[in-house]
Amino acid sequence: MPTEPTLSATRRVLLGGALVSLLPPALAATPMMRRIPSSGEALPVLGLGSWITFNVGNDSAAREACVEVVRAFFAAGGRLIDSSPMYGSSQPTIGHALAQLGRPAALFSAEKVWVGDGARGAAQIEASRAYWGVSRFDLMQVHNLLAWQQHLPQLFEMKAAGRLRYVGITTSEGRRHAEIEQLMRTQPIDFVQISYNLLDREVEQRILPLAQERGIAVIVNRPFREGALLQQLSRFPLPGWAADVDCQVWAQVALKFVITHPAVTCAIPATSQVVHLRQNMAAALGRMPDAALRQRMAREVAAL
Amino acid sequence: MSEWWSYRPADFLMFAPRIYWRLFESLNAAVWPAQLLLVSAALAWLLWFVRRRAEAAPRASAVALALCWLFVAWAFLLQRYAPINWAADSFALAFALQGLGLLALVGCGPLQASAHSWRRAVGLGLLLWALLGHPLLAGLAGRPWPGAEVFGLAPDPTAIGTLGWLLLLQGRRASARMVLRGLWLVPLAWCAITAATLATMGEWQALLPLAAALLALMAARRR
Repeated sequence: MPTEPTLSATRRVLLGGALVSLLPPALAATPMMRRIPSSGEALPVLGLGSWITFNVGNDSAAREACVEVVRAFFAAGGRLIDSSPMYGSSQPTIGHALAQLGRPAALFSAEKVWVGDGARGAAQIEASRAYWGVSRFDLMQVHNLLAWQQHLPQLFEMKAAGRLRYVGITTSEGRRHAEIEQLMRTQPIDFVQISYNLLDREVEQRILPLAQERGIAVIVNRPFREGALLQQLSRFPLPGWAADVDCQVWAQVALKFVITHPAVTCAIPATSQVVHLRQNMAAALGRMPDAALRQRMAREVAAL
Repeated sequence: MSEWWSYRPADFLMFAPRIYWRLFESLNAAVWPAQLLLVSAALAWLLWFVRRRAEAAPRASAVALALCWLFVAWAFLLQRYAPINWAADSFALAFALQGLGLLALVGCGPLQASAHSWRRAVGLGLLLWALLGHPLLAGLAGRPWPGAEVFGLAPDPTAIGTLGWLLLLQGRRASARMVLRGLWLVPLAWCAITAATLATMGEWQALLPLAAALLALMAARRR
């Protein structure tokens, strides 16, 4: 069942998650927010991923289309954009978009270091910074735990020196969860990035509770299984309960499921189309599912 | 890479299919109307080979083919593909080596038409496909015609056509025969790589480079 419309917009913004208000979407113009546990800074629960979608190379038309996606993202109240040196030309595409948009002050830049040789980490981070055109990154994550033993100490040093605001680690599609858990228990990281969606829910067992326990912010990648989930669901009509939580499309169902887990700080769906971006961002507005409805969503989608 | 067994081919596809296909539109727009000249020249050589194969200047065709491989390495793989696929630098190196290998072949003495009619027939078929059939795939698949993959510019028809060319000719000297054998490696490897890429993109035409490679190998082994 959806939650009752009793909280003010301000409280909805601050609390987010399963205890959100039922303000009509037209009134709920501010997206749902979550706080980063290590600092208390509030972030909109929906960010923007860039895997595949922003890797457009020298295709100027596609690059300008990405500018419009980023423009719509900020217009909808978005802040966190995530990328990686692994993502081909996504970094220069993001840098181009930010330059075209006058370097929006709202930007929360989330990058990754992805190199097996720890000694090359600093140079890679500097190259990424130059692509983005930012003075420093807000968040730097060790991509897929690659050479984390070398990178994490360097990132903590950068954070201490004020050249970085947050440090994190990432994985995807359920890989190396035992190691992720170990690092969450032993390293003073601010963020962990994992895959989580209506069908891939293993993180609910240990990682998400551990993140709450340890005060670690959670970024969720692959909320649509890189589009495969939506492609699969598109063959079925929306269930009746979707309207009860202001979902017009399956993407909003998938996103509302993810962002209403109390441990989740931000989900980062990727898209190259403005219409999809707007649909995605609308998932942070309106009524949200409570715990019981979340269970039903997962159960019914798994049965489709 | 840890837990490598948990990765699927799709995990390595780092670009959207529409962006990949638009690379050919960009390339074709940049060199137009060179496509017409290139295909016409290749067809003229092929006709010359069919009619009077003893005089068909096979070494000159090797130089022309070498230039095609070098151009694909530079204009397509390095300039266009590498920005969206970090493996393309390595592909470009392989294509450049193939180009240099073809140039080296020129210094290994005269070439002549293959003595085996079966090889020549399959070779002609593959070359004709590369020149005239492969460019039609874009339109048949519902993609814009300006994105046609043209022999000498795009890697797939260049590799398929080269397999056909290799079937048409044989070396007189041992050194030429050795180099000719080595020149099979890159086109065959590319057929496997591009088939895997296209299959991951969900494209049915992934079957074509595989079929071309298998056909060429079967023809090469038949005596």
